[in-house]
Amino acid sequence: MKLLRQTLLLLRKDLLLELRRHESLMTMFFFGALLLFVFNFSFELTPARVSELAPGLLWLAFLFTGTLGLTQLFEGERGNHCLDALLMSPIDRGALFLAKTCFNIVLMGLVELVVMPLFWILFSLPSWQPLPALFLIVFLGNVGFCVLGTILAAVTLKARARELLLPLVLFPLMVPVILATIRCMEALLRFGELGDALPWLRLLIGFDVIFLTVGILIFDWVVDV
Amino acid sequence: MPQVTGKKRKGILGAATLVFIIAGLYWGLVKAPPDAYQGDSQRIMYLHIPSILTAYLSFFLVFLGSCLYLWKREKRDDSLAHAAAEIGVLFTALTIIEGSIWGRPTWGVWWTWDARLTLTAILLLIFIGYLMLRALVEDESRAASSAAILGIIGFLDIPLIHMSVYWWRTLHQPPSILRPDKVPWENIHPELLTALAINFVAFVLLYFYLLSHRLRLSEMREEIKSRRMN
Repeated sequence: MKLLRQTLLLLRKDLLLELRRHESLMTMFFFGALLLFVFNFSFELTPARVSELAPGLLWLAFLFTGTLGLTQLFEGERGNHCLDALLMSPIDRGALFLAKTCFNIVLMGLVELVVMPLFWILFSLPSWQPLPALFLIVFLGNVGFCVLGTILAAVTLKARARELLLPLVLFPLMVPVILATIRCMEALLRFGELGDALPWLRLLIGFDVIFLTVGILIFDWVVDV
Repeated sequence: MPQVTGKKRKGILGAATLVFIIAGLYWGLVKAPPDAYQGDSQRIMYLHIPSILTAYLSFFLVFLGSCLYLWKREKRDDSLAHAAAEIGVLFTALTIIEGSIWGRPTWGVWWTWDARLTLTAILLLIFIGYLMLRALVEDESRAASSAAILGIIGFLDIPLIHMSVYWWRTLHQPPSILRPDKVPWENIHPELLTALAINFVAFVLLYFYLLSHRLRLSEMREEIKSRRMN
């Protein structure tokens, strides 16, 4: 309970800061929208092929925008020793981890809420029906991405060229999430139901749960200097 | 005097490695008969399998060293993880190169997105990311604990990556020795198995030989640093 309360407090702080500055959200959103245009020039996205390519392209866009968010995640704490102050306050490190993870999940979710319908409009996909289910899958993917991403963002915090380093260490570890979300989305777009892709959904949820637990347990060491 | 004995031990280890490598090459290239289907190209297996097994060994050592370091904060454990990761990159890259040379005549392609190939490539990328992280964090104890976290997470992620990549696709030939339905020595000509076993021992010895040198190197670096400080 205490953990939850502290998490909410920290999350509120981050959201409030974001609400006043709009930095991360705006850059992420415009980058995501920009990628859709780049896709349009790079691929011949005829209505017949677009359903096939949509899961991969969308996840690519979310992966890049999410990484953008992660590199900014601890930016507010870097200046003026704010991180040290946070660590000195009587707050569970697990709460800090959860708050940062949730914050990036919220940012990614908000961006996706706009970018996904935009994709449907721009490339005139035939059916809007699977969209809610797709959101759910994408959300589970976000959780996995942000959980591992937050740990690694904190790990690379003191590194030189950390913006470049983060995707290098993060993407190979994200393979299960990338594969699982794309397979689930494909099944939803093609058949309107998960069907054979159900094991992928289980894998995705398993990934989320495992690394959420690992993150809470290990974050003490991650931020400890 | 501990250094002298250390040197001696290393010398013995090096000599044993050399003997086994020569024996392994002889057994693999000359004594063992060529494979019934694949012919001589199959002989690369005698290097391919030992290299990937030693690469796995290094992944485990990185994990072990990382856990021990976070627990006890001893420089020694961190050096072990670092050294194992460096040699791991070497052996993983070797595995991919050997496999590629073998794949060209056997499958007709240098590379294919088969499950095990992809998995090995991902392992290599994780290892490289680990080493880059170490190189880019300046503060040493910070670099050590950051790398330890990554070493642990990477190790925990391997089963998941393994599973996902396997579901994704499988083309690699199924394991021919460790098959559930038969005991090892029934699946393979005994001469081939001997060659493989000798090469495996040679690789493990080589691995520990390189590891001992790499560990001594980091010891020496520490020594220089502490002398500079005084």
